[in-house]
Amino acid sequence: MKRRNFLGLVFLAPGISGAATARSSVRIGLTPVFLNDQTFLNRWQGYLEERLGRSVEFVQRGNYREITELVLNGRVDFAWLCGYPYVRYREHMDVLTVPIYQGEPLYRSYLIVGADDARTETLEDLEGRLFAFSDPLSNSGWLVPQARLLAAGHDPEGFFARTFFAGAHRNVIEAVAVGLANGGAVDGYVYDALARLHPELTERTRIIWRSETYGFPPVVARNGVDPELRGRFRDALQGMQGSGQGRALLEQFYLDGFGDPDAELYTGIERLMRHVERG
Amino acid sequence: MSAVLVILLTALILSSVLLVRAYQDSRDDLISNALDLGTVLSQTLRPAMKRDEVWMAYETIMSPLERDAGWQYAVEQGEQPAIPVEGKPEREIYVLDTRSRVYVASRPREYPMLDELARRGAEHAELVRRIEARDDRRPVVFDDVWPGRYVMVVPILAEDSAPLGTLVLSYSSALLVPRFLNALEQVILGTLLVLVILLPLGWYWGKRLTDPLAHLSACMGRVGTEVPSDIQCDLYDGRDEIGQVSYRFRRMLDELREKEELERSMVASERLAAVGRLTAGIAHEINNPLGGMLNAISTYKRHGDERDPVADRTISLLERGLVQIKGTVGALLVEARLESHALTPDDLQDIRTLVQPDIQRKGLRLVWDNAIDAPVALPSSQVRQVLLNLLLNAVQASDEGGEVLCWLRADNRFFHAAISNGGKHISRGRMAHLFEPFATSSGEGHGLGLWVTYQLIQQLDGQIEVTSNESVTIFEVTLPLSEGESS
Repeated sequence: MKRRNFLGLVFLAPGISGAATARSSVRIGLTPVFLNDQTFLNRWQGYLEERLGRSVEFVQRGNYREITELVLNGRVDFAWLCGYPYVRYREHMDVLTVPIYQGEPLYRSYLIVGADDARTETLEDLEGRLFAFSDPLSNSGWLVPQARLLAAGHDPEGFFARTFFAGAHRNVIEAVAVGLANGGAVDGYVYDALARLHPELTERTRIIWRSETYGFPPVVARNGVDPELRGRFRDALQGMQGSGQGRALLEQFYLDGFGDPDAELYTGIERLMRHVERG
Repeated sequence: MSAVLVILLTALILSSVLLVRAYQDSRDDLISNALDLGTVLSQTLRPAMKRDEVWMAYETIMSPLERDAGWQYAVEQGEQPAIPVEGKPEREIYVLDTRSRVYVASRPREYPMLDELARRGAEHAELVRRIEARDDRRPVVFDDVWPGRYVMVVPILAEDSAPLGTLVLSYSSALLVPRFLNALEQVILGTLLVLVILLPLGWYWGKRLTDPLAHLSACMGRVGTEVPSDIQCDLYDGRDEIGQVSYRFRRMLDELREKEELERSMVASERLAAVGRLTAGIAHEINNPLGGMLNAISTYKRHGDERDPVADRTISLLERGLVQIKGTVGALLVEARLESHALTPDDLQDIRTLVQPDIQRKGLRLVWDNAIDAPVALPSSQVRQVLLNLLLNAVQASDEGGEVLCWLRADNRFFHAAISNGGKHISRGRMAHLFEPFATSSGEGHGLGLWVTYQLIQQLDGQIEVTSNESVTIFEVTLPLSEGESS
């Protein structure tokens, strides 16, 4: 396998331009929808390169919007995005595969407050206080609490004294833990994973509300990506639970594997989006 | 001891000065570092403030504090991280918006966002008053707003110098403690090092200074309690004051020794003179009746043909005894024999020949160093007897296989002779009575050799000196030449 790949590269190389050569690596956009550390990413990259027979390049950016833009203008082939931007731009991309978390392709949004804050029991208790969202394109970290405020009849703009976007879910948890914000909205999967990895951080926060389940942030493919590559990439991800190396990587994600989405998986997010964006 | 004290005191004073200096330096250092940090932070904060990025601003002000360096790294490495440190009260950083409300603070719980700083207490109100009263856009340090805190205020400005907010770094002076302790440690180590080097040096110098003095004073203490000739002091020799004193003291000792020597020789001379007068008187008193008795015996022997054999034997016995007395008295009574020819080189050669048998019998070596090759205006018989006596004494005193030296010189005024041997040296006790009659304790001779020698030299107005130490014994004879007879 490796040897054929090597020969193929040698025969191809003289005929193609520099740009084509650079583009010959598979580019994958990543958002902080999962816990990513560089050591883990390097291992995952190695795994994927072996499976795909091509070099793999992870593209990371500070916020969801930039990654989404990269998908929209075709600068990345695949991306691990939140369900919200997928739903929003579904004409330009499609779901390649969806992670399976605790047996289902689903997750929740958590509302958290500081552990020392015993009074706050509901979202209403946070009125007039400081609140941290994760990213404006995050379902769990923005869309869900916005929709909830609207559903309760509040004006999301004036409800809190001050809000800010902390970027990653981990930052939201830290902002609440140190008291920079009185409350925050966070991806439940990231929170739970962080609770296992760094309990000293999450135990300084308290979950006061868990949302209903939504479709887990999917791995999407841009429109027009090479169908063969698309298939191979999907197989590589979905085959992880079938190999020892893949399972070890999945364990670090706290994921069970990757599966095929059913058509109705993201209707919940779509409903929230329509609700919030109309409001 | 005092040198050590001086060194210790100097080290103490220097250390104190250094410590005060170190404290001021670390204070200046702290403030200057904080101002530098504040300047950098204020520029980093500019985009965050402009775009209202609270989290970015928070991360920016926390970056110099301990929060992320350890924690973020640990998270990325998947290691067990430290609990994210909220800013510690020793080092507080907060950003105020243009209305002096808290924008973001290193201790968010203490300083929540949107809180009006002026309402947090009198010091905060004073700080806000000063910040708002300032027109200057440059960083400033307030060390009198808070007791025990240094407050650095740095305005955050947009590119067009429009104010975006204010960065406040409030540092506790307790932060100086570790720096100061560090400086303290260095100063103490340095001082100890200097002391380790200086103390032995000081001790050495002090010793160099005081040792000769102590030695000198110990030596001086012996004067008066011991005889000067016994005082052997190895005194410091140098050109400094101590060296001068030592030199003077040595001179004084020498003079004392000379004086003692002089006194001793005077006493000896006087005693010898008294003994000489006594013996001469006794000898004369004995000689007169002795001459009569010997004459009577001679007359008796000449007259009377028929004598009683018993009486003859008795008379002979008497005569022998009287002759012996006469010999002894004659030896005691050294009389100048005026009739004597001048000393010639042949006389000296005779002496050499005369002692040769004794020299050979004892297996000695005679070194004959004679520079006299002309007659000398001295009575030859006396000089011959003096030299012979001294040489025979030397031979007698020498150990088997030793060496006897005879050195002879003459000039216009004096005749010099030195006879030396390497035998047993003459003890102090013997030396005091060396020239007195019957003073020698050895079994050989009648003990009158040196007495006779002395008497002869006295009659010639000469001098004899003896030097005796472990290695050599020297008799030196100086005789003045007879006037008008020098050759």
